[in-house]
Amino acid sequence: MTFELCVIVIAPLVAILAAGVPPRPRVVEYVNLLASLAVLLAALPLPFRIRTPLFYWGGYVIVDQLGAWGILCTAVVYFLASIYAIGYMRLMDRPKRLVNFYALFAAFAWTMLVAPLMNNPGVFWIAIELTTLVSTFLVGFEREAESMEAAWKYIIVVSAGISLALLGTVLLYWGGSLVLGPAYDMTWQVLRDVAPRMNPVLLKLGFLLVLVGYGTKVGLAPMHTWLPDAHSEGPAPVSAMLSGALLNTAMLGIVRYLAVTDAAGIGLLPRTALVVLGILSVFVGALFIVRQEGVKRLMAYSSVEHMGILALGFGFGGVLGIAGALYHMLNHSLNKSLMFFGAGNVMRRYGTKEMPGIRRVLSEFPVSGLLWLAGAVAITGAPPFGTFLGEFSILRAGFGSPNIWAALIMLVLLIVIFIGFLNHFRAMYFGRKPETLPAGCWGGSWGVAPMWLALVPLLVLGLWWPERLLTLFAAIAHGLGAAS
Amino acid sequence: MLAAHLDPLAASLFSLIAIASMLLSFVMLGSRWLKNYMYAFGIQSWLIALLSALVGYYGHYPELYLVAIFTLLFRGLLLPYLVMRILQRLHVERELHLILRPSASLVAGAACALFALLVASRVSAAIGLTQNIVVLALMVMLTMKLVGFLMLSVRHEAVSQILGLLLLENGIFLGSQILIPGMPLLIELVILFDLLVAVACFGVLVRYLMTHVGSTSSLDLKRLVG
Repeated sequence: MTFELCVIVIAPLVAILAAGVPPRPRVVEYVNLLASLAVLLAALPLPFRIRTPLFYWGGYVIVDQLGAWGILCTAVVYFLASIYAIGYMRLMDRPKRLVNFYALFAAFAWTMLVAPLMNNPGVFWIAIELTTLVSTFLVGFEREAESMEAAWKYIIVVSAGISLALLGTVLLYWGGSLVLGPAYDMTWQVLRDVAPRMNPVLLKLGFLLVLVGYGTKVGLAPMHTWLPDAHSEGPAPVSAMLSGALLNTAMLGIVRYLAVTDAAGIGLLPRTALVVLGILSVFVGALFIVRQEGVKRLMAYSSVEHMGILALGFGFGGVLGIAGALYHMLNHSLNKSLMFFGAGNVMRRYGTKEMPGIRRVLSEFPVSGLLWLAGAVAITGAPPFGTFLGEFSILRAGFGSPNIWAALIMLVLLIVIFIGFLNHFRAMYFGRKPETLPAGCWGGSWGVAPMWLALVPLLVLGLWWPERLLTLFAAIAHGLGAAS
Repeated sequence: MLAAHLDPLAASLFSLIAIASMLLSFVMLGSRWLKNYMYAFGIQSWLIALLSALVGYYGHYPELYLVAIFTLLFRGLLLPYLVMRILQRLHVERELHLILRPSASLVAGAACALFALLVASRVSAAIGLTQNIVVLALMVMLTMKLVGFLMLSVRHEAVSQILGLLLLENGIFLGSQILIPGMPLLIELVILFDLLVAVACFGVLVRYLMTHVGSTSSLDLKRLVG
C-alpha cells in the first residue's frame, strides 16, 4: 500500500523535475506520459485494497476508500490527458514553452492527487488553493487576450470563493474548541466525533460557508461563473483535467464535511442546501447548453450540469445516492475527457471555437467523429453508457429521499439537456457544409487513441456494473455514515 | 477558551487592535488612490502581527510569537513590497472609472458592518459567549470579509482586486487569533506562505494582462460572455 502511495505522490514530481533538467521537449513529453501511466497503475487497485483508513506522517495524511476513489478518477484523466497532450501541444510549435507546459501540467496533477490524502481540513484547504494557483497558469497558457481574461477571472473568483471555505473551517475549529479545549488536532474524524456536541448554530454556519466556498471550486451555480471561461480558454488537455479531475477533488471536500453534519444530526438543512445548489446548477447548465455557440463552452456548461448531478446524488444520500454519485464521478471523468479531446481535434481542424463554423464532422473525422458522437450521447445520460447507470441510481435515490421535488425537476431538466445538447451535434454532423474549409491540421493518432481509451470503459461500465465496485461504494457510503 | 476569561487590559488592547484594523479596511474602501490601499493594508498587517504577539503573551502560546514574526515579514513587509513593485511597473495610480463613488461605498461598507454586528451578536448569544471581545472579534472578522467582497465588486483595477482578496484573508486571520489561538501552528504558517505564493502569481498574471489585454481594469475583460 505504501509503495503505491509513494508512486502516486512521487511520479508527477519526477515529471516536474525532468522538465527542469534537460530542456528537450520530446523527453519531457514521454517522461510525463510514463509518470501518468505509473500513477494510473498504482491508483487502479488502491481503492479495492484498503479496508480501514491508513494514516501517515503523524496523522496528516489519510488513505481511505473515498480519497482513493478520488485519486483513481484523477489518475484516469491525467493519463488520458497526457496522451492527448502530446499530439495537441506539438502543434503549438514553441518547444521552449512546451517544457513549461509539462512542468505545470504534472504539478497540477500532483496537487490534485495529493489533496484527497489530506486528513486535516485546514491542510486540505491549502491543497485546494494550490490547485488553483498552478492551474491558473495552464488556463492562461496560450496567452491570447481571451485566455488571460479567463485566467484572471478564474483566480479572482475562485480565491474569493475559497476564502469563505477557510472562514467556515475556522468557525468549525472554533466550535470544536468549545468542546475539546483550546488546542486540538483537527481531522475529519475528530470533527465528526465532536459534531454531535458542537453548537448547532456554529455547525450550520460553518457548513454553509464551506459549501459555498468549495462549491465555487466545484462550479456549482450560482458560483460557476469562472468555469465556462476557464474551461473554454485553456488548451484542450487542460480543460479535460479541470473538468474531469479538479471539480471532483473539490467535491470530495464537500462530501467529507457533509459526513460531519450528518453525524451531528442537525436536520435536513445541510443536505437541502446541497440539493438546492445541485438543482440550480443543472438548471443553469440546461439554459446555457440550449443556446450555446462555443463548442468548448458547451462542454463546460455540461460540466456545471454534471457537478449539479453529483451534488444531487450526495445530497439525496443513502447508499444508493452515494454509490450513484461515486459511479457517476468516474464515468463523467472518462466522458468529459473524451468530449474535450474531440472538441480539441475539431477546433484544430476547423480553426474555430464556434459551432456554426463546424459542419460535417464525419467527413473530416470518419473514426474519431463517431467516437465523439457516441460520447455526446453518453454525456446526456442515455444508455448504454455508464453515465446512464449513475444518473439512474441518483434519480432512484432522489425518489426515496425527502427532497423528492428535486428528483422530479432533475428529470425534466435532463430531458431538456438531452434535446439541447444533441441538437448542437445534429447541426455539427449533418448541417450544410461550409463553402470554404480552412486547411488546419490536428493531432493525428495521438488525438484519437485517448478517445478510444475513454469510450471503451465508459461503454463497459454502462453494460456491467462490477460487483466489486458495488461493495466498494457500499463501504464508502457506510464510512460516510449512510444507513443501509 | 482564552477570550472568555481575559484580564481587562488585554481585552481592551485586543478590542483596540480589532477596531483599528476594521477602520483601516474602511480607509481602503474610501480611498481611490492605489497607494493608500497598500499603506492601509500594510499597517493592518502590522497590527495583526502585534495582536498575534499579544495573544501569545496573554494566552501563553509561545508559538504565536513565531506567527507574529512571519506575519510581520510576509504580510507586513514582503507583500506590500511586491504590490508596490506591481504598481510601479503598471503606472496606475488610482481607479479611473469608479463604479461606486468613495462616499457611497463607505455607506455600503457601514451597512455591511451593521449586518456583521447583527450576525455576530446572534451567533455569540446562541453559543452562550456574550463577552464583548467575542462579539467584537466575530464582527470584525465578518465585516472585513464583507468589505473585501465589496471591494472586489466595486473596484476593477487588478491591484485593488488583489488587495480586496488579501483583506478577506486578513479578516480571517484577525478573528482566528482571538477566537482560536490554539489552531495548529503548521496551518497558520502554511497559509501565510500560501498567500505569498498567491501574490507572486498575481504579479505575473497582472503583467500578462497588461501585455496581452492591454489594460489591468476588469471592465475591459468582457470578451467571454454567455
